[in-house]
Amino acid sequence: MVWSDITTENIDPGDVLARVGRPGDGAVAFFAGVVRNENQGRPVSGMEYEGYDEMAGKELAAIVGEAAERAGGGRVAAVHRLGRLAVGEVSVAIAVSAPHRAEAFDAARYVIEEIKKRLPVWKREHYLDRDAEWLEGHLPAAEAK
Amino acid sequence: MDVTVLLFAAHRELAGGKANTVVTLPERSTVDGLLAELRARGGGWASLPRRAAVAVNRSYANGDTVLSEGDEVALIPPVAGG
Repeated sequence: MVWSDITTENIDPGDVLARVGRPGDGAVAFFAGVVRNENQGRPVSGMEYEGYDEMAGKELAAIVGEAAERAGGGRVAAVHRLGRLAVGEVSVAIAVSAPHRAEAFDAARYVIEEIKKRLPVWKREHYLDRDAEWLEGHLPAAEAK
Repeated sequence: MDVTVLLFAAHRELAGGKANTVVTLPERSTVDGLLAELRARGGGWASLPRRAAVAVNRSYANGDTVLSEGDEVALIPPVAGG
């Protein structure tokens, strides 16, 4: 079972967790990314996520499929939110269930690391004391000159 | 042939705020050829970063990828999801 989504709605961790698990799975790993109230000492008021929606949906589905294979056919669910988020809101949530903890942790970690490397999403941080800024990111592997 | 170029985040702001633009190119042009054409437009286009990933029809592509009529070419700034 794999499931993925790109959404502008609030993410409910319970809903993501409910998408994984089966009687043979003894381990469930869950990861959430949350908007922080500061970055490098600057007070942050919120984060604005922009995505290449159609490609982000396709890429997240591919990442989740790869993670399920790594977990030996484990159950993997992941959702990434776009739009303006306030401090404390969930931007990304990942749930994995597998027979044992090692595969579950490994697959959840794989999903968040691959999101950081290749999901076409950008974020603009809003500050309390200055103008908003696009954050420096990671250049995906395929590169033109 | 015509291709549609999509711009996001900081790239879009450099290029004056337009999210997409149609570009006419010679047949068999490559992704690198398209980027050279965009930079030659001057203004904010000239300052599009040297380092850019590109997706053709929603899959990552290389500079030497050959384009076809109607392709959707997205310039992907360094990604920052999560």
